[in-house]
Amino acid sequence: MLSFAISRLLRAGLTILFVMTFAFVVLRLSGDPALLIMSVDAPPEAIAAFRESWGLNQPIWDQYLAYIGHALTGDFGKSMRDGRPAIALVMERVPATLAITLPALALKIGLGIPAGIYAALHRNSMADRLTMAASVAGFTMPSFVLALLLVLVFAVQLGWLPASGSNGLSSAILPVLTLGTGGAAIMARFTRSAMLEVLGQPYIRAASAKGVTWRTVVTHHALPNAAIPTVTIVGFMVGSLVAGAVVVESVFSWPGIGRLLVSAVANRDLAVVQCILMVIAAWMVMANLAVDLAYGWLDPRVRGTAAAH
Amino acid sequence: MTAPLVAVRGLTVDFGGGTQDSRAVDAVSLEVAPGEALGIVGESGSGKSVTWLAALGLLPAKARVTGSVRLEGQELVGAPRGDLERVRGKRIAMIFQDPSSCLNPVHRIGRQLVEALALHRGLGGRAAEAEALRLLDQVGIADARRRLSDFPHLLSGGLNQRVMIAMALAGQPDLLVADEPTTALDATIQAQILALLAAIRRDTGMALVLISHDLGVVAENVDRVAVMYAGRLVEEAPGADLFGSARHPYTQGLLAALPALTGPRRRLTAIPGTVPEPGTMPAGCRFAPRCPVAETRCATVPPPSRTVGFLHVAACHRQVEAGLSVWSLPRAAE
Repeated sequence: MLSFAISRLLRAGLTILFVMTFAFVVLRLSGDPALLIMSVDAPPEAIAAFRESWGLNQPIWDQYLAYIGHALTGDFGKSMRDGRPAIALVMERVPATLAITLPALALKIGLGIPAGIYAALHRNSMADRLTMAASVAGFTMPSFVLALLLVLVFAVQLGWLPASGSNGLSSAILPVLTLGTGGAAIMARFTRSAMLEVLGQPYIRAASAKGVTWRTVVTHHALPNAAIPTVTIVGFMVGSLVAGAVVVESVFSWPGIGRLLVSAVANRDLAVVQCILMVIAAWMVMANLAVDLAYGWLDPRVRGTAAAH
Repeated sequence: MTAPLVAVRGLTVDFGGGTQDSRAVDAVSLEVAPGEALGIVGESGSGKSVTWLAALGLLPAKARVTGSVRLEGQELVGAPRGDLERVRGKRIAMIFQDPSSCLNPVHRIGRQLVEALALHRGLGGRAAEAEALRLLDQVGIADARRRLSDFPHLLSGGLNQRVMIAMALAGQPDLLVADEPTTALDATIQAQILALLAAIRRDTGMALVLISHDLGVVAENVDRVAVMYAGRLVEEAPGADLFGSARHPYTQGLLAALPALTGPRRRLTAIPGTVPEPGTMPAGCRFAPRCPVAETRCATVPPPSRTVGFLHVAACHRQVEAGLSVWSLPRAAE
């Protein structure tokens, strides 16, 4: 079990390193921040001085090693815009993003899983068909379209909620709804198919043959098994808590990480973009790790193999 | 004759359309006496499992079941779910072909056993655990205490089938329906499981329905054999009789396909053709297209069941003589 944990942690570290390297290389291939920040007609000496002060005139290898070396000590560089530490800029945006993604996650799980279970238990009923139709709609509609539709109805037509901004609870409702309904649709689909898969298994029929009541068959025999594949998709959603709202934040002018990422990319604020990507990667990796652990907890077969490694 | 424990009358199961074509079981009638062992033989798709799944209401909702299954007078076809749940496991228990996939992979063996004990005997806590241990012991599982905390994937198929049998015994049922209980197991394990079922029957007086595609498995372990073909019962006879005096060409074909242990070596006879697909069922006798002695009326008129000997019933237009196998006749048609 210990060697399993260690190998998982090593892999997690490698994944993060890979993301950091990728971000570093791509950002340097995609344009010169000095020209962008200083503007093209700035005097050449000023541009040279800017490059000098940010280390951009160094060989790319040296820049990379310095970046990784600093990152290991917890220094992720400074914003080229206002000189503040990039990690501080990123961290102060995290709560705003979580303020909409966490309630959205609750909505996805709280709405999607029961809807999926209900649909599976009443397969081919009217309720099942309606749920699945709604799910396809939620699945396929891009979030910005849904966002604009919700704004049109609740902000423009009805005037109940603000169209954008971040003034208290009321302005969080539309972003949460936008994120939540799409995710709930995905969740419902996955839960339904996981449940149908399990309900078709021989052990379900065997449990019924044993005299177990249908309600207990569902709650004690089917649900724990259907939870195993469902955890994968929940883990994916937890992983996207930090970075999953870029479009929605932009539509609603919500001051979260997504907006920071968009503006930092536009401004070629290298340290900030790298830092955001690193935070996103670290969070994703942690979510995956949590999923692996949850598998072990839910599925004794996985537990057995993990211990055997 | 004693009153039957279970009486199946004209049981018919339709999947889907409800036409003659989609029938998995067609007007099957059977009886099982208390303590009796009945074997049901047939190829896959002959309806032998579906008959008993239908009796216990375990078929998917799209299956349409008509006819009657009475358990000591209590009608099971169309009975409310609650009534069926009280019959399942308690009066009639059932075990299946692939034991390893019939046990819930996320629950320990002990928990699954205790669940059955709590349901049927109201046992809990230590009493349930003690009884679970006794049951595992009864089905010949060594080191029972450790097995209680094992998960099914850690056990072999044979051990899992023993666990399934223990679970079926938990309710002290009057009838155990064993649906191909040894098909997924090795030959040696197969013999052990069959011996175990025989021993349990002797000790408890429970009736047994042994469903198998293997005539050999059935013959040694039952009092009476029913042969099914394409959803219909074609022949029914006391076990010993059937081997000596099978009257239906299909049964004779099954016997001719078995290798003999004694006597001169002979070529095994295979029945030509395949079981008709649902949707392409012949109008008359369903075996007619493969039958070496079929006549014109066999293709159009379903043969009625006729008593051909003591407790011996066959559904065939041709009154084939006892002891004369149609498969050893010279083929006139060819």
